[in-house]
Amino acid sequence: MRQAVKEHLLLSYRRPLSSAASLDSIYDVAIIGGGMVGSALACALGRSPVTEELRVLVVDKVPLPEISAPGADPPELRVSTLTPASVRLFEESGAWDSMAPPRSAAFRHMQVWDHGGNGCVRYSAATVGLPVMGYVAENRVIQAALGQTLRSRRSVVDYVSPASLQTLTLPAYAPDLHSGMQSNELAEIGLDSGQTVRARLVVGADGSRSRVRELADLRTFSWSYHQRGIVATVRTQHPNDTAWQRFLRTGPLALLPVRGSYSNVVWSTSVAEAGRLQALTPQAFALEVNQALQGGCMPARNPLLPGASSDSFIPPPTVYAADGAASQQSFPLALLGSGRYVRPRLALVGDAAHVVHPLAGQGVNLGFADVGQLAAALAHAVETGRDIGDLGLLQEMYEAPRQSENARMMTALDSLKRVFAPQDGLLASLRGLGLDLLNGSGVIKRQIMRYAMGVA
Amino acid sequence: MSMGAALSSSRGVHTSRRTHDVPQPSAAGTSAAAAQGPAGQSMDAQEVAKFEAMASEWWDPDGPNGALHTMNPLRTQFARDAICLAHGREARTVQPLRDLSVLDVGCGGGLFSEALARLGADVTGVDTSATAISVAATHAQADPAVASRTHYQNATAEQLQQQGAHFDAVVASEVIEHVSNVPEFCASLVALTRPGGSIVVSTINRTNRSYAVAIVGAEQIMGLLPKGTHQWERFITPEELQEHIERAGAERIGDSGMVMNPFTGHWTFSADKAVNYIMSFRKPAEQQRNP
Repeated sequence: MRQAVKEHLLLSYRRPLSSAASLDSIYDVAIIGGGMVGSALACALGRSPVTEELRVLVVDKVPLPEISAPGADPPELRVSTLTPASVRLFEESGAWDSMAPPRSAAFRHMQVWDHGGNGCVRYSAATVGLPVMGYVAENRVIQAALGQTLRSRRSVVDYVSPASLQTLTLPAYAPDLHSGMQSNELAEIGLDSGQTVRARLVVGADGSRSRVRELADLRTFSWSYHQRGIVATVRTQHPNDTAWQRFLRTGPLALLPVRGSYSNVVWSTSVAEAGRLQALTPQAFALEVNQALQGGCMPARNPLLPGASSDSFIPPPTVYAADGAASQQSFPLALLGSGRYVRPRLALVGDAAHVVHPLAGQGVNLGFADVGQLAAALAHAVETGRDIGDLGLLQEMYEAPRQSENARMMTALDSLKRVFAPQDGLLASLRGLGLDLLNGSGVIKRQIMRYAMGVA
Repeated sequence: MSMGAALSSSRGVHTSRRTHDVPQPSAAGTSAAAAQGPAGQSMDAQEVAKFEAMASEWWDPDGPNGALHTMNPLRTQFARDAICLAHGREARTVQPLRDLSVLDVGCGGGLFSEALARLGADVTGVDTSATAISVAATHAQADPAVASRTHYQNATAEQLQQQGAHFDAVVASEVIEHVSNVPEFCASLVALTRPGGSIVVSTINRTNRSYAVAIVGAEQIMGLLPKGTHQWERFITPEELQEHIERAGAERIGDSGMVMNPFTGHWTFSADKAVNYIMSFRKPAEQQRNP
């Protein structure tokens, strides 16, 4: 037994980041969940000289992935669209170089059109004077790049895995009662290893089924779209630099460049249709994708809006099965929001606070924007001698700005989703007219584009 | 003892008496409140009693000291910059006040003291209210980093002066408008400062506007403050403050108005010093004889 303990200690000393054996008793920030958003926060605290010395604990079930050479292998299924705003956060945090092309792919155009041939809108980065509209990167690549930055911050960041949160004790908080003096006790987290540590701020970055949110008793609202999203890796003949999105009768289908000539398909559809598509061979699935992208009617000149439509339409590329790639998978589509993002000594970030429809690839970018805002709030706190777990600070400088921004995006995506819900006839025509109007109106189009790119 | 953010409300106190409208001499030792607090103070005894009654609400951001909570980051920033300037340090770094001793006169529940301690300072907080000192000491215990850098005493500036204490910086925020002998109080602040050290004072100006905001608005119309919380006649203009401190042997470095947006509660620096203002001084490195 003693031998085993000794070996464990020895092993822990060889590990790149601290193990459970050497935890501090108090951390400034304890991040539960070391996924993309949690790791991004631990990295982002390093971008400001006032927060770079904060002691940070990251708790996750899995170890940080090692960074690998720009892959020749087919990319993994789970990818994220990164807006220029997210890229800027990574640049400032020192993590971008390890996820930039050729590890990821830039896209310079975005084309949205519908199945009925009623409308088309095409965006180009050049329209707003930027070199790219965004990037698409495998989650694994983002995670590994952030992991590398975290390793460079090992003097202040402890990453403990495999570990999970068992208990969470926060200061007493009764928002409805006028309780006089507020408790300012530090938060305490208990891990499955039996260890407990205290923290000035606990951050829940543990995803849509957040254990932190549950333990903190924060209420959520949610609804299901009764649809599933199918993801798959496909190949095109030539590298692709456009994010393609077509609204089908059953829901939207997106084709995103990932790396080299690999692209990623995100296809939202009915539960039954998703089951059928998921069971297909990669080759049969690729044929279905081509049918969906190229079938139906290509945009014609809109009789209601002569001269505005279809001029810029470009036919999407043909896709092929990607040999050696994982077969297509599916996931349920839902919207979820937490009524509150903060409590004394607690903040939720990313999917723990909000889950949106994957329609515009905004989900994880909202999480990265949470990270940028929270890191700035903590920098302000450190500079002015405020307690980083102070409820007033977290409300004013993190929750209020993020909640209104996230709500805007959730509402926009939800209504877009509803407008483009499976339908025919008049509504579809009106939708097509909307797209055409959008394409014709430079100002609105640029605004929407800048907003979606996170530069507005 | 800090209280004077002009719009801070005071639900806890309903029976405070109006004190004399003219500043009293510092012989507070005979009054009732001084009997339970330290003797030899320039703090007015009835002022002490007022704050004693509301001490338990120091850390309630929605309580009577709400405006102090919202003002705290701003005055901390001002004090940080002034102290760093006097001590040749960079202000926007981690713990810019590390290893500097700071005295917070009239520390109340410790709002300002804790903020300065987080910036690295070794803070001594003194207040004439024993309850406030007890609240401050208890509050600091929650975080060892704060507890180790804050020391609270139920004492007056004058008492510390008699003990021969010296500090790298002395702050007195929202307190001078409640003391009975302002010149003596200012002399104590300067005497407690090491040569080369800095002094930061924030208070309310004596103008028509401050009368309208702090007395008519906050006390009589809005009922935000109990009547008698402030005596407008005791408010000190920036010119008077500067004169008192300079006479005691320190020179003015800078000042700023502080303005609260009544709708958002957000405080900002401003050239407008008609209501709340903050001023910093430096005691010359060469020891000077105080008048």
